[in-house]
Amino acid sequence: MKPQDLICPKPDGLYCPPGGFYIDPVQPVDRAVITHGHADHARAGHGVVAATPETLAIMAERYGEDFAGRRHPVAYGETFTHNGVEVSLVPAGHVLGSAQVVVRWKGMTIVVSGDYKRRRDPTCPTFEPVPCDVFVTEATFGLPVFRHPDDKGEIAALLKSVEQFPERSHIVGAYALGKAQRVIRLLREAGWDRTIHVHGAMDRLNRLYERHGVDLGPLAPATTGNKKDFEGAIIVAPPSALADRWSRRFPDPVDCFASGWMRVRARARQRGVELPLILSDHADWDELTATLDELRPGEVWITHGREEALERWCELQGLPARALRLVGYDEEEGE
Amino acid sequence: MRAFAHLLDRLSLTSSRNAKLTLIKDFLAKTPDPERGWVLAALTGALSFNAAKPAFIRKAVESRMDPQLFAWSYDYVGDLAETVALVWPARPGANREPDLSEVVESLRTASRAEVQRLIEGWLDALNADGRWALLKLMTGGLRVGVSARLAKQACADFGQVEIGQVEEVWHAMTPPYGDLFAWLEGRSEQPSPDAPGRFRPVMLAQAIDEAVDFEKLDPNDYAAEWKWDGIRVQAVSERGERRLYTRTGDDISATFPDVLEALTFEGAIDGELLVLRDGAVASFADLQQRLNRKTVDAKQLAAFPAGIRAYDLLLEGETDLRGLPFAKRRKRLEAFVAKAASPRIDLSPIQPFATWQELAALRADPPAGDPAIAEGLMLKRWDSVYEPGRPKGPWFKWKRDPRLIDAVLMYAQRGHGKRSSFYSDYTFGVWREDETGTRHLTPVGKAYFGFTDEELKQIDKFVRDHTVERFGPVRSVRADMEFGLVFEVAFEGLQRSTRHKSGVAMRFPRINRIRWDKPSREADELTTLERMLD
Repeated sequence: MKPQDLICPKPDGLYCPPGGFYIDPVQPVDRAVITHGHADHARAGHGVVAATPETLAIMAERYGEDFAGRRHPVAYGETFTHNGVEVSLVPAGHVLGSAQVVVRWKGMTIVVSGDYKRRRDPTCPTFEPVPCDVFVTEATFGLPVFRHPDDKGEIAALLKSVEQFPERSHIVGAYALGKAQRVIRLLREAGWDRTIHVHGAMDRLNRLYERHGVDLGPLAPATTGNKKDFEGAIIVAPPSALADRWSRRFPDPVDCFASGWMRVRARARQRGVELPLILSDHADWDELTATLDELRPGEVWITHGREEALERWCELQGLPARALRLVGYDEEEGE
Repeated sequence: MRAFAHLLDRLSLTSSRNAKLTLIKDFLAKTPDPERGWVLAALTGALSFNAAKPAFIRKAVESRMDPQLFAWSYDYVGDLAETVALVWPARPGANREPDLSEVVESLRTASRAEVQRLIEGWLDALNADGRWALLKLMTGGLRVGVSARLAKQACADFGQVEIGQVEEVWHAMTPPYGDLFAWLEGRSEQPSPDAPGRFRPVMLAQAIDEAVDFEKLDPNDYAAEWKWDGIRVQAVSERGERRLYTRTGDDISATFPDVLEALTFEGAIDGELLVLRDGAVASFADLQQRLNRKTVDAKQLAAFPAGIRAYDLLLEGETDLRGLPFAKRRKRLEAFVAKAASPRIDLSPIQPFATWQELAALRADPPAGDPAIAEGLMLKRWDSVYEPGRPKGPWFKWKRDPRLIDAVLMYAQRGHGKRSSFYSDYTFGVWREDETGTRHLTPVGKAYFGFTDEELKQIDKFVRDHTVERFGPVRSVRADMEFGLVFEVAFEGLQRSTRHKSGVAMRFPRINRIRWDKPSREADELTTLERMLD
C-alpha cells in the first residue's frame, strides 16, 4: 500500500479516500477534520466537523453557532474510527486547541501536523511527537534565516522600551487568535500586572481563552479615556490597526509587531515598525529540522510555506520528501 | 555586543530625533567605560574596520553550510551581513560573548591571518543580533542614521551641559572618550579643548521676518553679503593639523583633499564650500557629486573642483578673533585671503547698500553671474562678535522667495513615528503632452512638510477616500483631467536630472498651499517647469 492511498492532496485540501474526510479543507465539504481555529484552516459551512472542543468553540465564536452541520468534539489523545480509519488528535503547540491529526489504517500511520511550534507556550499544551510513516509538515519559516529567539528576551525588550518612553504608548500588533493571548500571558509572566488595553476585535477571543483557563489579568478596551490615559500603556491590537486611523487616539505610539517575520530587518522597515518583537507561533528552521530529525519518518510531505529549502535539507539528510504545494493557506496572516 | 546590537536596531527603526536621543542617552547611562566609548565611536563613524571582506565572510559561512541553502537565504534577506548573522551555524565550545571593547582591543594587535580566526570565533560566541552588529562593523557598513551632531547632543543631554561645550572639546577627545565621560558625570573638570585643528562651534543666523524686523533695524548697523548655495564649512589649519568641518562639526577632510591642500595658512576660516570653476560658482548639483563620499578619485577632483568662499575669520595665527566685532574680523579676513592667494579660496564680497528698499531690489533681481544662483542674502551686524549657536539679532538670513508651481497629488505614502497612521509623504506631478496630444501627469517631486496638523488630517482623508491602488505603504490617488488635488509647491531651485522620468529635480520642495479650489486640469505643465531650470 502506498501512503497516497490513505491521504492524498486534492484541490480542496488533504483528502483521506478510505475515511471519506478532508483535513483543513479550503472549500465546504461533507466531513472535515480541523487542526486549529485560524481562518485559513478552519472554514465555515462543512457538514460534520471533528476537532478539539477548544477549536470547535473558536469556530463557533468566529462563525456563529451554526458554522457546521454537526460538531464532533475529540479531546487530545482520544481516538475515533470512521470507515475503519483510526483518527486521533495530539497537541501541536500552535494556538489554543491546535492539534496534529494522526491517521492510522492497515498498519500505516500518517501525521498531519497542521501548523505547529516546539517551544513552550503558556496558552496551549506543547507539541507531542508521534512516530509515523509519513509526517506532513508546514514550512512557513522554512529558511535557515528564521531562527526565533527566546520569547522572554522579546518581552523584556518591550518592557524596557515602555520604561524608556513613559510618555508614549506602545501598540503591539498581534494576530487576534493565539498571538495576542500569548503576548498578554507572557507579559503577565514577566511581571507586568497593569491593565493591558485591547482592541475590540480581540475581546471575544480573549474571553474564550479565559474560559479555557488562560488567565490574562486585567484587560480594558482601548476605545475609552483620554489620550493622556494611555501614556505608558501597552495596547494589543490586530496588525492592521497599527496603520489605521484607530491608532491616532494614542500618544505618540511606538509601533510594535509580534511576528516571526520580524526576524528580517527589511520586513520591519517595510511596515514602519519601530520595535519588532520576534514572536512566532510557527516552528522556526531549527524546530522544523529538529522535528524531522527526531521523528525520522519514512517520508516527509511539505504543505505550505518555503518548501524548496526544507525539501533541500531533507535531500541532504537522505530523507525522502515532497512538496504538496497546497493552495489556500495564508502564510502571512497567521503570523 | 547584544546591548550594542539592540541599540543599533532601535536607532535604525526610529525616525524621531528625540527618541534617538533618549535611546543613546540611556545607553550611555547604563553602560560602563570603555564599552560605551567604543559604541559612541562606532555610532559617529570614528570607528571603522575593514577587517573582513564580504568574500571572506561568504566563504566562511559556505564552508559550514549547504551553499544552495545559503543562496536562497541571501536571496530572501538581501543583505550579506544580516544573512550570515542569521544563518551562521555556530560550533559549540565558544560560550563567552565578546563585548565591543574586547573586539577593538583584539583587532588592534592581531595579524591578518589571526583576524579571520578571531571573527569566526566571535561569530560562534554571539547570538544573531550580536553577529549582525559585529559583521556590520567589520565590513564598515554601519548605517543607523546617527549624525555626529546627534551623538554630541545625546552626550550633552546625558551630562546636562550645553552642546556647544561638548563641541568645543569633541575634537580633542579620542575613543573611548574616558575623559569626556568623566567630565559629563561630574567626576572631573571639562577637558581642555586645546587640540590643534579642533572644531569651533558655528554661529548661525535667524530667518528675518520682513513684516516686523526691518522697521526696527538700522541699515547702517548691518553688512550684507550673498548667501551662497553650497554647504557651510569651517577650514582649520593649526600647528600642522588641517581639517575641514561641516557646520555641525562632522569632519569631512577625507572627502576634500583638494581643499585641504589649499589650507597653507595658520588659522580658521568660516565659509561656504562650493564647486568653483575659474572663480565662478557651480550649481549645488555639482557639489553634490562630491559630498558624502568616503574616497574621491582624480576624475572627480578634476571635474568638480572644490573651493571655499570665505565669510569670516575665527583664528589668525594663534590669535582667537571670535571676541572681535565683525567689522574688524572682516578687515583681517580680507588681508588673510589675499595673502593665502589660492584659487581655491576667495572672498564673499560685501554688498554696499543704503536703504532696505535698495537691498530688497538687489535680492529680487540679483546681477548675472554668481549672485543669480545664491540662496539669498545674509545680514550681519558690524559690531557682532562670533557667538556659537543661533543668537537672535546679530545675524539674519534673508532667503530669496521660493519658486512656486501648481502640481497634482499622485501618490501618498504613510509616514513614520507620530505620522505612522497618516499618509504624509506626497508625490506630485505636472502635465505633459505626449505625441498624440494627450495630457498625462508626470511625477516631478516629493514633499512631506509645509502643512499644518489639521491640513494633514484633511489630506489624509482625501487620500483614503480617493485611493485607486495600493502598493505596500504607498497609495496611488485618483488624479486625472477631471479630478485631483492640487498643491502649490514651493522649492528653491531646479536642476536637470537623468534619474527622474520628468528630467528635472527640485531642491527643497515643500507644500506651500493646498489648492482645494483649483481644478486639476489647471495645474502647471512640465514646459513651465523646464523654463525655470537653473
